[in-house]
Amino acid sequence: MDFDFSDDQKLLKESVGKLLAARYGDFEKRKGYQKHPNGFDPAVWAEYAEAGILSLPFAEAHGGFGGGPVETMIVMEEMGTALAVEPYMASVVLAGAVLKYGDATTLIPDIAGGEAIAAVAHIERGSRYDLNDVSLAARADGADYVLEGEKSVVLGGGAADYFIVSARTSGNRRDAEGMTLFLVDAKSAGVSRRGYPTQDGHHAAEVSFGSVRVPVANVIGGVGKGLPILARAVDEAIAALCAEAVGAMDALVKMTVEYLKTRKQFGVAIASFQALQHRSVDMLVMLEQARSMAIYAALSVDDADAVARGHAISAAKVQIGKSAKFIGQQAIQLHGGIGVTMEYKAGHYFKRLTMIEQMFGDTDYHLRKLAAAGASIAA
Amino acid sequence: MDLNLSAEEMAFRDEIRAFIAAELSPETREKLILGREIGKQDFVDWQRKLNAKGWAVPHWPVEWGGKNWGPMQEYIFLDELQQAPAPSPLQFNCSMVGPVIATFGSEAQKKKFLAPTANLDIWWCQGFSEPGAGSDLAGLKTTARREGDFYIINGQKTWTTLAQYADWIFVLARTNPQAEKKQQGISFILVDMKTPGVSVRPIQLIDGGREVNEVWFDEVKVPVENLVGQENKGWDYAKYLLTNERMGIARIGISKQRIRRIKELAKIERYGDTQLLDQPWFREKLASVEIELKALEITQLRVVAEARKRGKHGEVDPNSSILKIKGSELQQATTELMMDVVGPYVLPFTESMDDEDRTNEPPVGPDYAASAGPTYFNWRKISIYGGSNEIQRNIIAKAILGF
Repeated sequence: MDFDFSDDQKLLKESVGKLLAARYGDFEKRKGYQKHPNGFDPAVWAEYAEAGILSLPFAEAHGGFGGGPVETMIVMEEMGTALAVEPYMASVVLAGAVLKYGDATTLIPDIAGGEAIAAVAHIERGSRYDLNDVSLAARADGADYVLEGEKSVVLGGGAADYFIVSARTSGNRRDAEGMTLFLVDAKSAGVSRRGYPTQDGHHAAEVSFGSVRVPVANVIGGVGKGLPILARAVDEAIAALCAEAVGAMDALVKMTVEYLKTRKQFGVAIASFQALQHRSVDMLVMLEQARSMAIYAALSVDDADAVARGHAISAAKVQIGKSAKFIGQQAIQLHGGIGVTMEYKAGHYFKRLTMIEQMFGDTDYHLRKLAAAGASIAA
Repeated sequence: MDLNLSAEEMAFRDEIRAFIAAELSPETREKLILGREIGKQDFVDWQRKLNAKGWAVPHWPVEWGGKNWGPMQEYIFLDELQQAPAPSPLQFNCSMVGPVIATFGSEAQKKKFLAPTANLDIWWCQGFSEPGAGSDLAGLKTTARREGDFYIINGQKTWTTLAQYADWIFVLARTNPQAEKKQQGISFILVDMKTPGVSVRPIQLIDGGREVNEVWFDEVKVPVENLVGQENKGWDYAKYLLTNERMGIARIGISKQRIRRIKELAKIERYGDTQLLDQPWFREKLASVEIELKALEITQLRVVAEARKRGKHGEVDPNSSILKIKGSELQQATTELMMDVVGPYVLPFTESMDDEDRTNEPPVGPDYAASAGPTYFNWRKISIYGGSNEIQRNIIAKAILGF
């Protein structure tokens, strides 16, 4: 049992923290990044590439640093603290993991080098959080597949050079078998998209595929074999989001405590009121519980047992969701009016935390999943 | 980063597990599982077995029977006892008065008390709380007046757990009523319960049990050699004592054992046409508690890992207040789940859960149902004792958040 970072990991934390502080230390800069067409500044992305952050989780053979889940956790926590808006989780963590586990590694050097951005298009209208719920059809035609259908809320979809698309090659809409992952060049004929900002200052897109021809070679992980690959990648994305949420919650708790110490009412700092002190303590307790589960998630991502891995990730997502909601709501409450203004940072932490709860399965979704499975979580 | 136990730690855990399986009386274990009160003899028999193995007082100085375990070993040991379930070594002896005597006591006191305290030949109770001094312990009023070679003690202690079994009591009493601050002028004194003027009156709690008492002191004459350390320094020793009860404070092993038990019983209990355990609402409640418990277990391990880095005798980690708050809430949550399990059979009330008072009357409903209500009622105490959860919040507010 050991909760310490290695020397390399400490160095990583320090250097990522420094880079993000330089880019995000002044909150006005973030507002500037959001004005770019896809909601982030390509110059910052290029800096990430330069610093090796984009190549971190990939094998050395593919131009990466061979980092594992703990390294991803470190980066994501710093991004949470900084409220970074670049599609790191979408492209590097999620799409990267699909390519890794689907053994479709040709694109990885481009992603690792910052030359390409990939986005996973898996949500459809009505599919909610079920990865198996796929209607978008892929029909074999000679040496190609032809994709027909729509994908929704594709994270990083506006900037994406490539889409990883979940499509049905056989069976019915909700079957576990018969779902195939395709790597689709965003420039392919028939691909169209509508990008938009999300509540938390990130970006997503609605993407439609009208008779898009994709060569058989672009199948990821085998025809009909997409679900376990996507599920594993999504588990990595959830673990990464848990870490990001911890970074954001940590910063938000600190910010709130500082605010209470400086804000004066009735002639005293409002930090002197016990009701507010105890509320802050409850926020801290929720933060530490979340931190524990983010660590648990990161250390469970590589579990070879897919069922155990899924349970650990779901349990972590539930705790993070509950903690994020409590800390987010209380931080706004304790700040008072300034907390609900667009100019002040606290509200933006709250918005990001709220969106994290809604991504890849909300708290109720994961709680029900664990309950239905009768999972043994702690005993 | 790694959440797994090392091979050595696993072997250590297995050794403890095997010892408990071989040595713990099945009757004692059964009582703990069913939530019946365990009697004096259960405690004494078990602690003597632990002591013979060298495990009753592992955290004491080595010359008085300690094992020099690290924080991780101490945690594994307590967790295994809690999960078995087995009684923990009597905390008044092993975590409270023993370490104080070993650290601050005279050589004569060490020789007289430590070995029998470890072996539970002497049963100690704690004379700290008073009717007007609960969370604000330093407000205590019991006095010890010096007369020649004796102290004369007058006053009243309360919430004295298991005083009915006790041979000796360690008392905080005011020896200098004129002291400038209320924390000054308090002394730590050992009193034989058989001394004339000591009387014990049981307090019945809402579950019907009588585990706590009032202890009255009326002109109780105690030889001065029973003063521990220096006169008027008792507050320091009391603070030291309270740092010793931190390691197992979250009692995660107990909650784990109860959740396993709840799952077993929820398979037996019917709900409509299914087992209770097949009900989605029940499973969701259970999963909610389990998730928080898993999180707390890792939080606990993080605190243990910090203690390991800091070395054994560092200051109390204020993060252990997080463990107290969350650990007590989760123990209480298991009592609510247990009431869900037994349903209407939570209603019948039996005056005493004490094994010796049981009659031949068969219980109403299943045997596991009788303790569900009483345990729910009784365990409200967990968020009150040992520094109420509100006091823990004050500690965190000051020590961690800097308010």
